[in-house]
Amino acid sequence: MSSDVRFTDFKSDKQPTWCPGCGDFGTMNGMMKALAETGNDPDNTFICAGIGCSGKIGTYMHSYALHGVHGRALPVGTGVKLANPNLEVMVAGGDGDGYSIGAGHFIHAVRRNVDMTYVVMDNRIYGLTKGQASPTSREDFETSTTPEGPKQPPVNPLALSLAAGGTFIAQSFSSDSQRHTEIVKEAIEHDGFGFVNVYSPCVTFNDVDTYDYFRDSIVDLADEDHDPNDREAAKEKILEGDKEYQGVIYKDENSVPYSDLHGIGSNMSEIPDGAPEDAMDLVREFY
Amino acid sequence: MADDLNWAIGGEAGDGIASTGKIFAQALSRAGRHVFTSKDFASRIRGGYTAYKIRTSTDRVQSVVDRLDILVALTQRTIDENLDELHDDSIVIYDGERSWDAEIPEGVTGVDVPLKSLAEDAGGAIMRNIVALGAACEIASFPIENLDESLEKRFASKGEKLVENNKQAARLGQEYVQENYDDLPEYSLDTTDEDYVLLNGDEAIGMGAIAAGCRFYSGYPITPATDVMEYLTGRIDKYGGHVVQAEDELSAINMALGAARSGARAMTATSGPGIDLMTETFGLVATSETPLVICDVMRSGPSTGMPTKQEQGDLNMALYGGHGEVPRFVVAPTTVAECFQKTVEAFNLAEKYQLPVYLVADLALAVTEQTFRPEEFDMDAVEIDRGKVVDEDDIDQYLDEQDRFQPHYDAADGVSPRAFPGTEGGAHMSTGLEHNELGRRTEDTDERVSQVDKRNRKVETAKQEEEFDYREFGDEDADTLVISWGSNEGAMVEALEYLEDDGIDVRFISVPYIFPRPDLSEEVESADDVIVVECNEQGQFADLLEHDTLTRLKRVNKYNGIRFKADELADDIAATLTEEIKA
Ligand SMILES: Cc1ncc(C[n+]2csc(CCOP(=O)(O)OP(=O)(O)O)c2C)c(N)n1
Ligand code: SF4
Repeated sequence: MSSDVRFTDFKSDKQPTWCPGCGDFGTMNGMMKALAETGNDPDNTFICAGIGCSGKIGTYMHSYALHGVHGRALPVGTGVKLANPNLEVMVAGGDGDGYSIGAGHFIHAVRRNVDMTYVVMDNRIYGLTKGQASPTSREDFETSTTPEGPKQPPVNPLALSLAAGGTFIAQSFSSDSQRHTEIVKEAIEHDGFGFVNVYSPCVTFNDVDTYDYFRDSIVDLADEDHDPNDREAAKEKILEGDKEYQGVIYKDENSVPYSDLHGIGSNMSEIPDGAPEDAMDLVREFY
Repeated sequence: MADDLNWAIGGEAGDGIASTGKIFAQALSRAGRHVFTSKDFASRIRGGYTAYKIRTSTDRVQSVVDRLDILVALTQRTIDENLDELHDDSIVIYDGERSWDAEIPEGVTGVDVPLKSLAEDAGGAIMRNIVALGAACEIASFPIENLDESLEKRFASKGEKLVENNKQAARLGQEYVQENYDDLPEYSLDTTDEDYVLLNGDEAIGMGAIAAGCRFYSGYPITPATDVMEYLTGRIDKYGGHVVQAEDELSAINMALGAARSGARAMTATSGPGIDLMTETFGLVATSETPLVICDVMRSGPSTGMPTKQEQGDLNMALYGGHGEVPRFVVAPTTVAECFQKTVEAFNLAEKYQLPVYLVADLALAVTEQTFRPEEFDMDAVEIDRGKVVDEDDIDQYLDEQDRFQPHYDAADGVSPRAFPGTEGGAHMSTGLEHNELGRRTEDTDERVSQVDKRNRKVETAKQEEEFDYREFGDEDADTLVISWGSNEGAMVEALEYLEDDGIDVRFISVPYIFPRPDLSEEVESADDVIVVECNEQGQFADLLEHDTLTRLKRVNKYNGIRFKADELADDIAATLTEEIKA
């Protein structure tokens, strides 16, 4: 890993096709900066992207990457990281990808606590399919498939994560570039599953959860007297429900990542040319 | 077969039937006898009946038969379930002190042994099955010392005392029969100096995976594939690998895919219901050209079906499952030993041709413990071919003018270079979207067509480079040809002997490769009658072979993403016709 990596090294030569003003630009820039500032380079970084406008990030960044199946990016990231712990693994996708079709994987990825970073670009809408309700949409948010609103409470991803034993729970806002970058950086540096829910507005299909809305309502935990190591305090903040927080809400300083607990450390791509030397022992077991 | 013996123990689930059966099977195997086991979870009568059946001989045994010589019955149900298999020389061992009054069928000899009381004398009622094994040794004239070894192996970890108690329990059973019964129908089990190993198909698959360098396994428990996962757990770690129990099969296949993208040899195993879920990701694996071994240990479907019953119903699923079209290989081992060999081969095929390989086994292989010569699991013969893996030193040759690595490079043989993450200068992406050589999304009609063609060319390359052959048995000049795939081989090989006795000569071809598969047109054409044997209702493999041997139809195909247009279609059809005239 060279120390002279610049964040632009993580940019591919493919121009993003996101709508001008889409929050995903800011989310991606912060991710690239955070990766560069944590000493990573494109050749040791693996991005697993979901399906959605957000999932296109794998194409616009330069690194090893797999743009997978809708909702399954977390399991892919888990496999990548466990097979080669030397890689920096980042999983990115939308709120539909992560909290609807992929919700099951989210819970279990949190529990598993594999040392990787999960960035959800939360725009509270389905962007790619042109504006249907997402699991984080407000109860009364009118869309083509929910003309009177979903009439269901939105999912609280931070609460889900806390309940599942999350060891790093954070939230950021794509347009606050500096804070967003800092928060993602901290998630990368966390020993375990670093989860960041990023408010990443959709300027085309969501006229409620807009830049203005977030700018006006966001409360930065850095400005509050909040101790992220205090799980009770985190729980209170997360369950308040009427505030949009930015910052690291909870962080378990004693987190032990999955690989350490399971004694996984080697790069599994390295194998001998034939069966392992003592492989006959495996046969002898059956005598 | 002179000393061919069919033995079984049956009772209720929880009676320790399988472990007792296995102890006896191991004793026979260690005595140099061949063993072929099967498990019964039958329910002709409702309830928790389960049985472990052993066929043993000094000759090779490859199948079960409808015959039981010695039956240890812990319940009346065990007797009732097996009425048809009992005959005049059969012996049923039961415990007359138990609350049920055993009804021994007419002609069958009942041997009443106080299993529970004798076990208590030896140190605990829990050993009553072992008392029965001792009794069985006596009846079968099988040296009980062989059982001792097997008991040592089973109980060694639990302490010397327990081993001794069990040996004693067996002795008490043996002596009880000696003292109380003579004139029993005679059985005699010879021992030999042969060394055999005793294992089932799932274990053989797991062992093959480790031998082949598989280091990552993710799965979700399901009968009858769970044994693969349980085998690997704890063992693969010793070689630097890991097993993850995923939250479902959607996750299991994606984790394995991720590990494979990292460059690990990765595998997942499941059965029908899990394959349904994995099909979601199958296309991504194939189109991102990721080497992956997906093992389907088939059971009866559809839906939850009959989870503990045999069926070869997933052939079409493996061949065609998933939307769209993309090549995959399908390999179906025909014996327990072949489960090992074909697993190794599946990993090589997957990496050489960068595609998913379905390793299709079935319940009959998975639950059958069978003896083999250890040489059949020849670790020295394991060769690992990782295909076109590129490292830092030669990556430059594979970069485009702008120094970008091309994971889907349109190579002449269809196989692109592969750079593991971490390789300097190799950073690249792939995607389930149709992509160009760089792995980036495209809808360009030419790029689409060239990528489809490139993926298909891998199949042509494999057909040239590999031998997708079959095994042959019986009379090669016979007018009758029988073809089968998967686990039917053993039963069919033995059936040949019965047929021969009846004056019917048969040529038998057993096929382990479903796709690509051997071309059997000549064999089919030169026979008078061709019979395809498979454990399913629709004859899925027979359909394939009929398709292979049909007169070829002319075809017009289009797959660049644009629908047929009338004028173009007319041209295509005209062109196809002229080709025919030329030909
Ligand atoms: C199995 C499956 N079902 C449906 C779709 C269609 N689809 C694509 S993206 C998407 C939702 C996108 O929403 P989100 O995850 O919030 O991402 P965004 O586009 O807003 O970034 C859906 C339903 C799909 N690709 N695959
Ligand atoms: S539709 Fe919304 S989420 Fe998608 S690119 Fe446009 S602004 Fe971004």
